[in-house]
Amino acid sequence: MSPIRAIGDLFRYIGSMGFFIRDTLRWLFTRKRDFASLIREMVFIGVDNLVLVSLICFFLGIIIAFQTAYQLQMFNSEIQLAPLVAMSLVRELGPVIGALIVAARTGASITAGIGSMKISEQIDALEAFGVEPIDYLVVPKFISLIVCMPILIIYADCLGIFGGYIVGALKFGIPYKLYFRMTFDALTLRDILSGLAKSTAFGCVIAFVSCYEGFRPFSSIDVSKSVTLSVVRSFIFIIICDCLLTAIFYFSWT
Amino acid sequence: MIRIRNVFRSFGDKEVLKGVTLTVARGESALLIGRSGAGKTVFLKNVIGLLRPDSGTIRIDGVDITQLNKKQLEKVRLQFGLVFQGSALFDFLTIEENVGFFLHQHTKMSRLEIRKKVTDTLAMVGLKSIEDLHPYELSGGMRKRVAIARAIIYKPKILIYDEPTTGIDPIAVDKIVSLIDDLHKRLAITSLIVTHDLEVGLKIADHFAFLLGGKVIFEGDRNALDNTDDSRLIQFLKGSSGGPIEEMEV
Ligand SMILES: Nc1ncnc2c1ncn2[C@@H]1O[C@H](COP(=O)(O)OP(=O)(O)OP(=O)(O)O)[C@@H](O)[C@H]1O
Ligand SMILES: [Mg+2]
Repeated sequence: MSPIRAIGDLFRYIGSMGFFIRDTLRWLFTRKRDFASLIREMVFIGVDNLVLVSLICFFLGIIIAFQTAYQLQMFNSEIQLAPLVAMSLVRELGPVIGALIVAARTGASITAGIGSMKISEQIDALEAFGVEPIDYLVVPKFISLIVCMPILIIYADCLGIFGGYIVGALKFGIPYKLYFRMTFDALTLRDILSGLAKSTAFGCVIAFVSCYEGFRPFSSIDVSKSVTLSVVRSFIFIIICDCLLTAIFYFSWT
Repeated sequence: MIRIRNVFRSFGDKEVLKGVTLTVARGESALLIGRSGAGKTVFLKNVIGLLRPDSGTIRIDGVDITQLNKKQLEKVRLQFGLVFQGSALFDFLTIEENVGFFLHQHTKMSRLEIRKKVTDTLAMVGLKSIEDLHPYELSGGMRKRVAIARAIIYKPKILIYDEPTTGIDPIAVDKIVSLIDDLHKRLAITSLIVTHDLEVGLKIADHFAFLLGGKVIFEGDRNALDNTDDSRLIQFLKGSSGGPIEEMEV
């Protein structure tokens, strides 16, 4: 593909994504929501990701602890393990890794679900019966994701910190009281808020990208392509978004 | 009253509708016939605004829906009921929720009232005790009948049927034919029907249109249909492969 066409495609993508986001936000406030079904959706997203997030973040905590300890040993200050592990998890790795997991699981299933509705004319049927697909399908997913993500990420952070503690306790014999006190002393409100802000932003990214890709397929072959694209694009936008937010927090809070 | 004038619609380079003109009076039951691939489904989707024509006007009771925005269009759609060729039932909902979808979305009826109405409507299409199943648990013909139930439950002013009887057994077909006829006669519902089953079509329709080459080349009542001297229409009605319409031409 020629670079000019690629740039053209990129702008077209950004443009139509912009309209999609505008439509979603517009519908967000125009109708009363059915709370029961929203809660069901959130529980589904939570349960869907719980096992994988627990597993990965727990091991992530262990890994960070080892890597950090390796560097701290050079300065004989292994006791600083707790704050460093907590910091990197809460500010950065928890939200990013959590978001990648959710994008790969929930994002992919959202795209596949909407995509298969699209190719079997169910999206047309919604419209034919006077229901706006964005309102009916996208808005609930959007709300659930931005509510679920921060909760899931806090949970992920806790498990990561617990993983770090295991290394601290077994390798360096740090008592648990000391470890957790040092963890919570080190974490400022700013750290926690920036982690939560990132999680919410990533939730938006996943919702928009996965739903948008879901509306594009015209055949079942397209559905599988859309699912792949949905995951790949979510990953890319999560990382770009992370980079921007980190820079913003860095410059605005120092 | 549906007044369609000079509707053009193409997909990429492929011109499907090339100036379709058709009028369906209020309370009339119109049959649209045409070969497979002639663009009947595309036409119906234009009529209810799921597809936008490239040019031409589609007036529903005087309002040109091609000029409406999404919100206004949504309002107009509430007077339509559509039976999709491929049923297009919602996979993630039960049959009860599918059939009661419109009532649930657009009326304040309670769940119980809706359920009762759903049961009654399913009985009208010859189905019972399937309310709690999901669409994938039904046969193709049953799904089609559920799709009909979903469209007629709220007695819309205009009903559009895309192949309402294909894939349905003869006994159920008879039931559906009298149902469509009844809805049309008793409630004065305007209907627009596409079907390949001429026998069924002749029974329920009082206005006929023949779509060929992206245009309506015949439009008239039963009398005009029987006495037509258009050799292409005669060939289509007789169903013979030899004649003015070539094998590949739609
Ligand atoms: N979304 C689309 N993109 C491209 N081409 C399309 C699309 N929808 C329909 N077509 C083309 O338009 C033509 C008419 O299709 P349509 O489905 O309206 O036929 P039909 O008259 O309903 O046929 P059948 O009786 O088999 O249902 C076909 O040649 C089809 O390839
Ligand atoms: Mg068709």
